[in-house]
Amino acid sequence: MLRFLIRRLIVALLVAATVMTLAFAMTRLSGDLAISIAGPSATQADIETVRKAYGLDRPLVTQFFDWVGRASVGDLGESFFFKRRVSELIGERLPVTLTLGLTGLVIALLVSLPLGILAAVKENTAFDRLVQIVALLGQAMPSFWLGLLLMIVFGLQLGWLPISGTDSWQGYIMPGVVLAFSAIPALTRLTRAGMIQAMASDYIRTARAKGLSRASILLKHALRNAAIPVVAIAAVQLGFMLGGSIVIEQVFALHGVGFLAWESIAKNDFPVVQADVLVLAVIYIGLTMLADLLNAVLDPRLRGA
Amino acid sequence: MSALLEVEKLEVTFGKTAAVRGASLTVAPGETHCLVGESGCGKSVTALSVMNLLVRSAQRRAQRLAFQGEDLLKLSDRGMARLRGNAMAMIFQEPMTSLNPAYTVGSQMTEVLRRHKGASQRAATDRAADLLARVGITAPGMRLGQFPHQLSGGLRQRVMIAMALMCDPQLLIADEPTTALDVTVQAQILRLLAGLQRDLGLGLLLITHDLGIVARVATRVSVMYAGEVVESAPTAELFANPKHPYTQGLLRCVPVPGKIQRDQPLGAIPGTVPRVGPAFEGCAFRERCDFADETCKHAIPTHHAGATHDFLCRLPA
Amino acid sequence: MRRGWRNAGTWAGAIIVGIAAFCALFAPLLVPHDPFAQDLGKRLLVPFWMPGTDPNHLLGTDQLGRDYLARLIYGCRISMMIGCSVSLVSGIIGITLGVLGGFMGGRVDDVVLFAITTRLSLPVVLVALAVVGLLGSSMTLLMITMGVLLWDRFAVVARATTMQVRNLDFVSAAWCAGCSRFRILAGEVLPNIASHLVVVATLEIALAILLEAALSFLGLGVPPPLPSWGLMIAEAKDYMFFSPWVIVIPGVCLFVLVLGINLLGDGLRDMLGARSDT
Repeated sequence: MLRFLIRRLIVALLVAATVMTLAFAMTRLSGDLAISIAGPSATQADIETVRKAYGLDRPLVTQFFDWVGRASVGDLGESFFFKRRVSELIGERLPVTLTLGLTGLVIALLVSLPLGILAAVKENTAFDRLVQIVALLGQAMPSFWLGLLLMIVFGLQLGWLPISGTDSWQGYIMPGVVLAFSAIPALTRLTRAGMIQAMASDYIRTARAKGLSRASILLKHALRNAAIPVVAIAAVQLGFMLGGSIVIEQVFALHGVGFLAWESIAKNDFPVVQADVLVLAVIYIGLTMLADLLNAVLDPRLRGA
Repeated sequence: MSALLEVEKLEVTFGKTAAVRGASLTVAPGETHCLVGESGCGKSVTALSVMNLLVRSAQRRAQRLAFQGEDLLKLSDRGMARLRGNAMAMIFQEPMTSLNPAYTVGSQMTEVLRRHKGASQRAATDRAADLLARVGITAPGMRLGQFPHQLSGGLRQRVMIAMALMCDPQLLIADEPTTALDVTVQAQILRLLAGLQRDLGLGLLLITHDLGIVARVATRVSVMYAGEVVESAPTAELFANPKHPYTQGLLRCVPVPGKIQRDQPLGAIPGTVPRVGPAFEGCAFRERCDFADETCKHAIPTHHAGATHDFLCRLPA
Repeated sequence: MRRGWRNAGTWAGAIIVGIAAFCALFAPLLVPHDPFAQDLGKRLLVPFWMPGTDPNHLLGTDQLGRDYLARLIYGCRISMMIGCSVSLVSGIIGITLGVLGGFMGGRVDDVVLFAITTRLSLPVVLVALAVVGLLGSSMTLLMITMGVLLWDRFAVVARATTMQVRNLDFVSAAWCAGCSRFRILAGEVLPNIASHLVVVATLEIALAILLEAALSFLGLGVPPPLPSWGLMIAEAKDYMFFSPWVIVIPGVCLFVLVLGINLLGDGLRDMLGARSDT
């Protein structure tokens, strides 16, 4: 078990290192960054000033190792635009994104788990087909469009929820629902498939032969086994949600990490963009490791010996 | 003494296929009743339909299906659940997959007693430990905290047996409990079952395809073929005096040391079990029977009910 | 029973995709007006189901007086073009990686798995935005960027199915008969994994269309004045409270097209027998 964790950690570190490299390379794609930063109306002298000020006159390799060295200890550089340390900026915005992601995940689980279980119990009935249709519709829905529609209906016409900002917890509901939409189809399908498989297994027949109640068989025996992959996938889905939150944050004007990235791209503030990619990737890696851990915790067969 | 389990003319169909086409048997209290037949003859389905553990798509009908006099056909699912694991218990063929991998042995055993008799966790754990010792498992306390994947097949089957006995059932149905085990373990489990049956006065309905097992433990035997019980008799009587051509054929197939001679070919029953659809007429065994004639194709075999020895054939013994 | 439903869904999907393909191919012939022609005197005309409509513009006009229906049809062409080309590019990358990893195993497979894991860790939308933001938006750049970012599904499925096929007996038989690795790959492996990959390709088109719409919505996708549906929704955002149809219509088009592609993909999966555990 420990060996497995150590191996995963090593791979995770290697992936993080690769992402660091990719993030660096990505921001250098346009060739001369100084020109982009200085703007279209800059003179040659302006460009030179920019180049010196941001260390862009050094060889690329030096810049790279400087970035890697500092990022590894948490120093993510300084934002050109905000004139502040990037790690501070991200640290401020991260709670918003994390809250948004967790809200989305909780909503998704609250919907997917019961739907999946019921669809499995009523396999091949009209209800089951309805659930599958709902999953299909959820997959096709463009998230930003759904966000806008919800804003129009619930924010404007009904006035129930605030249409932007995070002044109150209600501000997280609509964006959370939109995020949940992206995860519900996969989680529902997985729960349903897992439950159908579990219910058909021999140990469920034994449970029935023991005269246990329907609820006990379904929720205690079947779900416990069916939920194992669902929980792991849920952690990974959270990772996707966090990575993809940029669109939702823009639509609902939530000042999270995604929104910061979008602003920074518009302003060519490449230290922030670079660092953002790295931070989000590291969070995703952490979540996949958490998923593995959860798998081991929930499935006794994966532990020890 | 009233019968423990009465099955009369049980019929079970899955869609168009008739798995059981009129099986009848009776299990008396304290009796070891073996239900014998080849694969696909419907013996497992019979056992499952007694406990009503069939899949939803199965249709079950019977003239009478009673346990300790109580009509099982009229019982709701909840009523059945009250009996299952309680007064009647069942163990299955595949010990490797019959236990829930996510819960400890102890929790799976105690939940039965707590459900049916409302016992406390402490009392249930004590009983579970007792029973584990009873079935020959050493260090029962440790075993209770282990997970199924940590036990061997033989151990798991012993756990299944102990679990089935938690609530002191009167009837234990064992569906081929040793088939999936190593040969050496098979003998141990059988001995265990026979011993328990004797000590606890259980009624045991043992499903098997192995005549050797029948000879060793059964007090009464019912032979099944193509969904019907074709012969039923006390063990000694059946082996000495088989009346149905199928039984006779079966017994010829078993090499008995001493009786059989070298270079003598082993008996065999030519042909295979027919697929019995709804339009099937006559006797299912006719293609493979030495005594069959034209009328066997259409006439329903008659049931000869002796005092203790029944069989199903158009022709007399 | 389920088969029957699938068939109805598959047909619906096929029809939707068919209409979309038709619009995409014959867009210049179908549009009533030039989608780029502005007429500031005829801004924000309402569609035909509302009072005060202009019969010249069935679905009204947008905020610069451009015919809405024309822009929708052209938008369909753009979505389909991007969807198909991205699926092609990502398919080539992903299938190559997946088959190599699945077939060779060992170190090669480790590298492929590592590449997949790294790709999955990347926040795709963010990276795409950053690249387009830095290099300027153009159709070509967009297609290449998305193609280079969306190959993970192809790789995972190609790898898994290749591994399954590799272990089958007839592959061992071909090995024994002295076939070269290449012949085995081309002759035995590829034909057997093809059905799974066709399904993935179809579903990837849908994913690419959704991603492009999101990028265009954020202003860093298809460059204006090209009428991407995502861009149309973004442009309409300022007017959405007064003229909600400007947002609703392209969104519905997106939704229906993606739904149709997904239905078709699922139907293909059933028909080609490519159902697996995912």
